[in-house]
Amino acid sequence: MNNRLSNHQLWQLTLSYSRELLREPGVLFWGIVFPILMSLGLGIAFTQKTDVVRKVAVIDASVDSTSIQHFLLTEAQANPEVAADSFRYSYTIPDKQMGNTTFLFRETDWKEAMVLLKRGQINVILTEQNGKPEYHFDPRNPDAQLTYIKLSGMLNGKVVNTPQDNGEIKPLTLAGTRYIDFLVPGLIAMNAMMSCMWGISYGIIDRRSKKLLRRMVATPMKKTNFLIAFITVRFVMNFIESALLVLVTWLVFGITIQGSIPGLLAIFMAGNLAFAGIAIFVSSHTANTEVGNGLINLVVMPMMVLSGIFFSYHNFPDWSIPVIQKLPLTMLADGIRGIFNEGLGMTDIALPFVILSAIGVFFFSLGLRFFKWH
Amino acid sequence: MENMHTPVIEVKQVHKSFKTVHAVQGLNLTIGKGEFVALLGPNGAGKTTLVEMIEGIRHPDKGEIRIMGKTWKHHEDELRHLIGLSLQETRFTDKLRVYETLRLFASFFGLGKERVEEIIELVALEEKRKAFVGNLSGGQRQRLALGISLLNKPKVLLLDEPTTGLDPNARREIWAILRKLKEQAETSMILTTHYMEEAEQLCDYIIIVDHGKVLREGTLEQLLKGEEGEKVIEFSLKDGPETLPPTNGKIGEMQWNGMQRSGKVTVQDMNTQLPEFMEYLQQNRLHLQDMECRRTTLDDLFTTLTGRHLHE
Repeated sequence: MNNRLSNHQLWQLTLSYSRELLREPGVLFWGIVFPILMSLGLGIAFTQKTDVVRKVAVIDASVDSTSIQHFLLTEAQANPEVAADSFRYSYTIPDKQMGNTTFLFRETDWKEAMVLLKRGQINVILTEQNGKPEYHFDPRNPDAQLTYIKLSGMLNGKVVNTPQDNGEIKPLTLAGTRYIDFLVPGLIAMNAMMSCMWGISYGIIDRRSKKLLRRMVATPMKKTNFLIAFITVRFVMNFIESALLVLVTWLVFGITIQGSIPGLLAIFMAGNLAFAGIAIFVSSHTANTEVGNGLINLVVMPMMVLSGIFFSYHNFPDWSIPVIQKLPLTMLADGIRGIFNEGLGMTDIALPFVILSAIGVFFFSLGLRFFKWH
Repeated sequence: MENMHTPVIEVKQVHKSFKTVHAVQGLNLTIGKGEFVALLGPNGAGKTTLVEMIEGIRHPDKGEIRIMGKTWKHHEDELRHLIGLSLQETRFTDKLRVYETLRLFASFFGLGKERVEEIIELVALEEKRKAFVGNLSGGQRQRLALGISLLNKPKVLLLDEPTTGLDPNARREIWAILRKLKEQAETSMILTTHYMEEAEQLCDYIIIVDHGKVLREGTLEQLLKGEEGEKVIEFSLKDGPETLPPTNGKIGEMQWNGMQRSGKVTVQDMNTQLPEFMEYLQQNRLHLQDMECRRTTLDDLFTTLTGRHLHE
């Protein structure tokens, strides 16, 4: 490399941050390996339809000959290897398309059943009154509802089996509709936020607390070069992390980018810019790493919860949705998701692109105004 | 202080206060080319504040600071090229190597590999050039910090307690580098320290400060030739009493610490006054445990001026 470039402060600053980053094994693990593992784990957990197990507690079934006991003894299978005070009886409803449903029954008393319910091990308690089964469950829990519907159908002998492949159910296995398709764009957005906020904010605060910042600005170093180098290294790192995540999930799950690639790059850049700006702002004043910790969490936590990274934010109350949609992380995640799964193009993401960039520039200049170098 | 040329550093009536502390109260300072000046004082004397104002890191509330005739307000860029400094505590990036750290700082001055090599040799870190900064010893870190401050061949070098916390060997290594620099006579230096030995060894001119004010200043000889005696007898006694009987006045001023059973006599003429002192002990049946005759030091002077030691 020619000498003038290699002696240039911007190059040396960029080089030293990159070295620092790459020499920290934790950075590589949390930045690259962890998101990939998370996507693999969640992707496999939610994508492959395995048998569903529904556990039910049965109260006093052994007292006299009831219809429930009759069912357990004749229809269900008793597993002699399982202790009597555990889920001993099982009954499976076979279903090729939606996956088998296996009911596990456990005979117990009320006290124990309540404990099991509180621990989330069961969600329906079954009793019998005057020869009729009674179902005790939280009516607002959709999972418990489903257990009830299937279980009552089964005990009434009506809907024991789902119609076998009668053409009524058309499985959607198109790319872009699975959980993994929802998850990966969210992870990319989250990664950009986390990496900017922790990498840039914490990096700056740490340097300030070590008096390194003060030492550096006591030289003719240009302050803008310092920040540009910091941000550039993060951008490149985020890009590599995201590219690897996409590559691995493409290989494993076959996820695809249906929309515009330049559009994807644009919204990704804008998102990084927004979070880099916020990061500079957050780190503009404090020299205390614990205060910094708190400030970063203050920014990161609400967005992690609200912005629909792992589950759709449409489950939040209606009035809150317009607010949630204006959060930078939501804008970035929705933009990336739209391009991945809905085939959006440049023009579709123009608005979030402009808003995210503006957020970045706004907080960057605000942060710079208050920035404490000494 | 006399200067052959225009002064390199001029500090005039500088004041600086923080919320509750008057850190610097009307200090004056003039330093010429190639001069090494020590700011000697205990912790909290205002040394660091003064140096940071000269470094342009803090701004004085009142007064004026000029470096080679230039002010921070109007010539910041030029001054940043002229000065070299080492802060009291800087932790350079642990995961960078010595060579890389120097290369980074050299780039801020537009300097390249050649200068980095010279510095590595100057501060004797050849064997550590590839070591991570995080793995250096305290002395090596300070040599690195000193090397960084010398990268731009500064006209003005400002070192804030460069040897605090180092063992005597490491301290001497730093001194050797600074002496080499002094021989070249191109750099003016201000060094803050609370080690009087450091001030004596390295500096032409010593300024004793406390509570933001100059207590005394001059060359080492000037400082030690005052109303203060030139020699000191330090002694301790076996079974020494709480208070000592009065002397006949011929010995010189005597200080006695009944708790520690040790005392100090300042004498003008060792030849006549030492026998007088021995006779005084004999007459009062006092038995020496230990005795030492030595020159007065800056610490003695400081104790006389403030009633405290430099290290307190």
